[in-house]
Amino acid sequence: MTVGLNAFLTVSGLLFAIGVFGVLLRRNTLVIYMSLELMLNAVNLALVSFSRYNATPDHAMMDGPVFVFFIITVAAAEVAVGLAIIVALFRKRGTVLVNEMNVLKN
Amino acid sequence: MEDILFYLFSAAVLLSAFFVVVSRNPVNGAMFLIVAFVGIAALFVMLESYFLAVIQTLVYAGAVVVLFLFIIMLLDVEGSGKIRPKAISVVAAGLAFALLALGVVGLFASGRAGPEPELPLQTAASLSRHFGYELFTKYMLPFQLIGFLLLAAMVGVIYISKKEPSPTTETPSQD
Repeated sequence: MTVGLNAFLTVSGLLFAIGVFGVLLRRNTLVIYMSLELMLNAVNLALVSFSRYNATPDHAMMDGPVFVFFIITVAAAEVAVGLAIIVALFRKRGTVLVNEMNVLKN
Repeated sequence: MEDILFYLFSAAVLLSAFFVVVSRNPVNGAMFLIVAFVGIAALFVMLESYFLAVIQTLVYAGAVVVLFLFIIMLLDVEGSGKIRPKAISVVAAGLAFALLALGVVGLFASGRAGPEPELPLQTAASLSRHFGYELFTKYMLPFQLIGFLLLAAMVGVIYISKKEPSPTTETPSQD
């Protein structure tokens, strides 16, 4: 394979940037949450490609993939809790837009 | 061949991620999210992490997106109109992108990004057996903690999404 580590890292960086855009530019909490997931995935991709390109036959480099495994597990738990919080907020405030969630301001 | 596949999957991931961010209807965004997650799973396959690719497809493209769709349809959020972000957000996003682009360009310019293609034929990460071995030896404590975290998350979700008592029956204690 002639695709190098730099190509994977570039894809990962661009994906992270798109996620940042989503978090900063959107007001819908659900879309912000999806962008957060994209950023997590970008980091996962970077970790896996680092461990792949640094692996040698006598040193297997399993730490990266195992770390990604843990990240995926934590992300699943985080999505469940976060969406439950969004549902609770929607019940209380009747909206999911972040610019209308200013109850602490008054 | 693999190069073409890499560019194909990368383009699919980046394009669908872009559409996740810009789509006005969150349901369309969630659909594009599936494409992005499956594309990342394909990139994991290209990196020979087959077990992670399966997990990615099952957990992200399966469970997480289903949760998102379920909540979107439960809340019945109407699609937003034109996306009009604040000027300060645009400035912040542009700044973040500039920094990241600087990092990527610096990475290419430095030439110290890491070893280039000379890869061993098969790495340990390509075998799920090694995952099990690592998880139950070196990473035993994090593995147990993750299990506990999942339990805590489950209890928390049940508590948060419980129907709260109506204000008339609830009398706040004054003392």
